[in-house]
Amino acid sequence: MSMNSQGRASRADNIPGNADSIETFTGHRGLEQQEKLIFEVGDPSRTGVDFADPGKFDPAFGGLERHAPIGLPGLSEPEAVRHYSRLSRKNYAIDMGMYPLGSCTMKHNPRLNEKMARVPGLADVHPLQPQSTVQGSLRLMQELAHWLKTLTGMPAVAMSPKAGAHGELCGLMAIRAALEARGNARKTVLVPESAHGTNPATAALCGYGVKAIPADSRGRVDLAAFEAELNEDAAAVMITNPNTCGLFENEIAKLADAVHDAGALFYCDGANFNAIVGRVRPGDLGVDAMHINLHKTFSTPHGGGGPGSGPVVFSEALAPFAPLPYVVEENGAFKIKEHPDADDTALGRLTAFHGQMGMFIRALAYMMSHGSDGLRQVAEDAVLNANYVMASLKDVMTPSFDGPCMHECLFDDRFLKGTGVETLDFAKAMIDEGFHPMTMYFPLVVHGAMLIEPTETESKDSIDTFIGMMRSLTRAAKSGDTARFSGAPYLAPLQRLDETRAARNPVLRWTPPEQRAAAE
Amino acid sequence: MSTTRYSEDHEWISVDGDVGTVGITDYAQKALGDVVFVELPDVGAVFIKGDEAAVVESVKAASEIYAPVNGEVTEVNVTLNDDPSLVNQSADDAGWFFKIRMDDAGQLDELMTEDQYEEFVKDLD
Repeated sequence: MSMNSQGRASRADNIPGNADSIETFTGHRGLEQQEKLIFEVGDPSRTGVDFADPGKFDPAFGGLERHAPIGLPGLSEPEAVRHYSRLSRKNYAIDMGMYPLGSCTMKHNPRLNEKMARVPGLADVHPLQPQSTVQGSLRLMQELAHWLKTLTGMPAVAMSPKAGAHGELCGLMAIRAALEARGNARKTVLVPESAHGTNPATAALCGYGVKAIPADSRGRVDLAAFEAELNEDAAAVMITNPNTCGLFENEIAKLADAVHDAGALFYCDGANFNAIVGRVRPGDLGVDAMHINLHKTFSTPHGGGGPGSGPVVFSEALAPFAPLPYVVEENGAFKIKEHPDADDTALGRLTAFHGQMGMFIRALAYMMSHGSDGLRQVAEDAVLNANYVMASLKDVMTPSFDGPCMHECLFDDRFLKGTGVETLDFAKAMIDEGFHPMTMYFPLVVHGAMLIEPTETESKDSIDTFIGMMRSLTRAAKSGDTARFSGAPYLAPLQRLDETRAARNPVLRWTPPEQRAAAE
Repeated sequence: MSTTRYSEDHEWISVDGDVGTVGITDYAQKALGDVVFVELPDVGAVFIKGDEAAVVESVKAASEIYAPVNGEVTEVNVTLNDDPSLVNQSADDAGWFFKIRMDDAGQLDELMTEDQYEEFVKDLD
């Protein structure tokens, strides 16, 4: 009889054969429900919302009003709730287990942040409310701005950018504006090969050509190659520090001096600020602009958990070009500076309103609950955990670079050579073991990259379980157990998907069955 | 009689008269994995050697294809728009990217011969 650790029965003895072979009549697998698309459940005549009959009225749309059905699905409230609950059970989340997705910083979102974000006086405000009625919210924005400026050692901050990439755009627009004010916007932006893909995209969007700078054998920016490209056409350099190999760019101050001597400006991608917060102030390194992903460093939810937020800090040189709006304090009252003065060089607005208030509340709650010493420990523990993973795996896997790492550790696929198992297969097998895979095939500077970021919120127990799993999989791959990998994941709600076909022939739209039949 | 030369960025150029056909090598397509999208240059585009001329996107990564010589694009392989898998199936033939009218055939001497490229790739593994 199968038993749990307390000796209670967990499975009956009289199961006929293998439980996996049992076909159910419904297609559901016990607690795991097979869910259809939302258009295929419910009925258009059902609704979870009870609208009052508007009575007779004259539409004011000049005959442009729609009369035909709009094709939305129809669900009662319980149907809608069940639909999304069922889908959520097929997903993996940081609330379910370790999520070592390098470069993304998938750490725990403290529930205190959530509690604060739901305080009615903060949660229920509207951006168009009279400013006298939202003094607390404005003070909160001012306070968060103060923390961000203090932690980065930079004199100004733009709070409105909505995500990291939006922050990059804000920073590069300010750089362009500053260079134009000097009389020459220049032509190129230097970006290391290990950069996030958003860096060259941002430079291109701001009208700059991109020059890729190779990495040296230590995984850092190749200083000689960098200085060779640093001419009078160079507008800016965009560097991530620590970089996407999980390594600190230890020549950064020298690099910043070279950039400024060439009349260019230094953009730092702050995606990995979580590795140095409380320990290093980017302002001291010569940075002119840097975005801060509140969802990484300051634990606000990622993606589906809520809108992003990417405030940008600026040096003295760029502060006059920071976008509107921002909060100012006058005689003890807070107000939003929304319109430029006559001789203002500020960029206009990047967003309709003032920023992502819900994220501001969460980030400030995180900062205040940790304090400056706690934030320093966040960075230290993140680095310690990554080095623990690296040290515990380096005898069986192949680290790409020597020496200690920062908040994430990078392996390549040399240890899989000759096994017939590739990085992709290895990652898929991790799903069967109950883990979200690490980041794979990024950064591009090493072959078959596996980038592991455990974050500071994992306990030693959970990291040890992860390490044990990785060692077991490595052993399986090297001992010729390729079947475990080649079709993995076997135990996920959906098995190995045809990613190539999905990318070559994406089906992005649901088609009603009758239309589909007619088309065939 | 055509000659084929190779770049360190894993492009090949097969020359007939003053027009060279450009593609990526079999080694490159294997390293990229399944190609899902190819962005081709416009016919008439003028490149100098080293310019980004096309983009190839696979399930793993997006990579630039650089012009191996100076010249003007005379033709592009439009079938790649509908069937990018040709790059995987036939990297050195039907999966070609574009044809370029060379300004200076002397630039071919700066590229590798097939034997040299095979040596070059051997060193990478």
